[in-house]
Amino acid sequence: MTLAHDADPAHDADPAHDADPAHDADPAHDADPAQDAAPPQDAAPPQGGTPKQDATPTQERISEEIAAGHAAAEAAAPDGVQRHHPPRDFAPYRSSALRHPRHQLVPVSGDPEAMELSGPVFGATDVTALDADLTRQHAGEPLGERITVTGRVLERTGRPVRGQLVEIWQANASGRYAHQRDQHPAPLDPHFTGVGRCLTDDEGRYTFTTVRPGAYPWRNHVNAWRPAHIHFSLFGTAFAQRLVTQMYFPGDPLFPYDPILQSVTDQRARDRLVAAYDHALSTPEWALGYRWDIVLDGPSATPTDPEEER
Amino acid sequence: MKPPPDDQPTDRAPNRMPGHAPGHTRHRANQPRIPAQGRELPPTPSQTVGPFYGYALPFPGGGQVAPVGHPGAITLHGTVRDGAGEPVPDALLEFWQGPGRPGSLRRDPVTGGFAGRNGVDFTGFGRVPTDADGGWVLRTLPPPPERGYVSVCVFARGLTHHLFTRVYVGAPPPDDPLLAALPEERRRTLLAVPVEPGLYHFDIHFQGGKETVFLVFDGTDESDESESPDGSDGPEQSDGLDGLDGLHGSDG
Repeated sequence: MTLAHDADPAHDADPAHDADPAHDADPAHDADPAQDAAPPQDAAPPQGGTPKQDATPTQERISEEIAAGHAAAEAAAPDGVQRHHPPRDFAPYRSSALRHPRHQLVPVSGDPEAMELSGPVFGATDVTALDADLTRQHAGEPLGERITVTGRVLERTGRPVRGQLVEIWQANASGRYAHQRDQHPAPLDPHFTGVGRCLTDDEGRYTFTTVRPGAYPWRNHVNAWRPAHIHFSLFGTAFAQRLVTQMYFPGDPLFPYDPILQSVTDQRARDRLVAAYDHALSTPEWALGYRWDIVLDGPSATPTDPEEER
Repeated sequence: MKPPPDDQPTDRAPNRMPGHAPGHTRHRANQPRIPAQGRELPPTPSQTVGPFYGYALPFPGGGQVAPVGHPGAITLHGTVRDGAGEPVPDALLEFWQGPGRPGSLRRDPVTGGFAGRNGVDFTGFGRVPTDADGGWVLRTLPPPPERGYVSVCVFARGLTHHLFTRVYVGAPPPDDPLLAALPEERRRTLLAVPVEPGLYHFDIHFQGGKETVFLVFDGTDESDESESPDGSDGPEQSDGLDGLDGLHGSDG
């Protein structure tokens, strides 16, 4: 690519030119907040104000690409019906460039014996009662705003997913993960790890007590910040229903800037990633309450699955 | 160039579904219900597992699925690679080959830590994070010959939505419908390579010339845009799967 092309706005509109493989392949330089601790000049735009092709993109550039990605998804859905799930190739989220398949997925259909129509089971040995309370896993109490997060795990039919494992992990109230590779200069909390798990009850309900996580920076682009979120891992009755996702908090001003949330191209689908503040769930003089229900995509377990009606 | 997105904060649109607290009606109002067919609710979208699952999801013995000392245990191992051929050091692989019992991640009520599997029960579930070289190892029992495969679910930073694949171990069943529908060069990506007795190699390539065959199951949001069975990528919006179109017609 010539220098003249570098300044060509038309080129800027082509996400493919931006996906520098060397850059994306380096986790330490990308979504790894370990690098977030680097001095600010490391993330500053190049001198001269005109972003170079391979420079760390600006928020403006990422926002343009997000808008373009949403427009493309909308154009591909003339009936107004978009995908529920994010495309795996979403250029504004830079590390998706080399980690999405280019072939279309191959259908497994009409095979009632498919292994993926059953799924792993978990039981009383796999959780302790304290696992669902992230504020009581250490000698002292964590700093932050104590919250209760609860909801139901359902299949698309509306049937509750009973007795299944729900796992969560999150940053602390300052926006720091208890992970060695997170070197974001926000304080660790010796009284908070940020990991929880529980089994759903007979109505598919899960409940966690934790603290509200903080937003944190990452290195997808200049001045990139993740909105506060809690990671969720969910199992259904069938392995094909597996889901890993993130729960967000209502009203977060960082939503429009975040290419991960915005990788879900449909506003209605994004809305389903946002918990609702529920005052009736708040406990007087103790904790604020958030409700977030989860619907698992995919086929239910086959009727022959002996675990189905556990 | 389009202007930046203009999304409204979504506190005006809380997560809601029918059957919950009164007053939450936006979901119903804005997301027309689709006719029955067994799936009425729009699913919760996937989001990437990110880089920091490492202290939450992996557990000791996650790759030791075979009961301790089982004489028939086999070892599967390999590397996860990206589209540049580079190892992926922060992928998480899950394996399923049930039916299985609970107890994959038994907890120690004394310390709050992990107690490990009991060494006797076969849970059928394995979970292995890739190491710094993108490598992974699973010790398990061979799948029954009539099935021939272990199911795999792949998560990674940069992957917005997990991917399913299968490891076929040993001689695959001659009538396996998935393998039968794939051209040879793609079928090969699903076959574990014997290294020595009881040891098999299986690499996963997200992208590129050796791209692994990834799967989609009936009844999922993506199942109407999958690859045609002959392996040639079909049109973007395939309508080849009868009866599924309606599922995507109105649930947003």
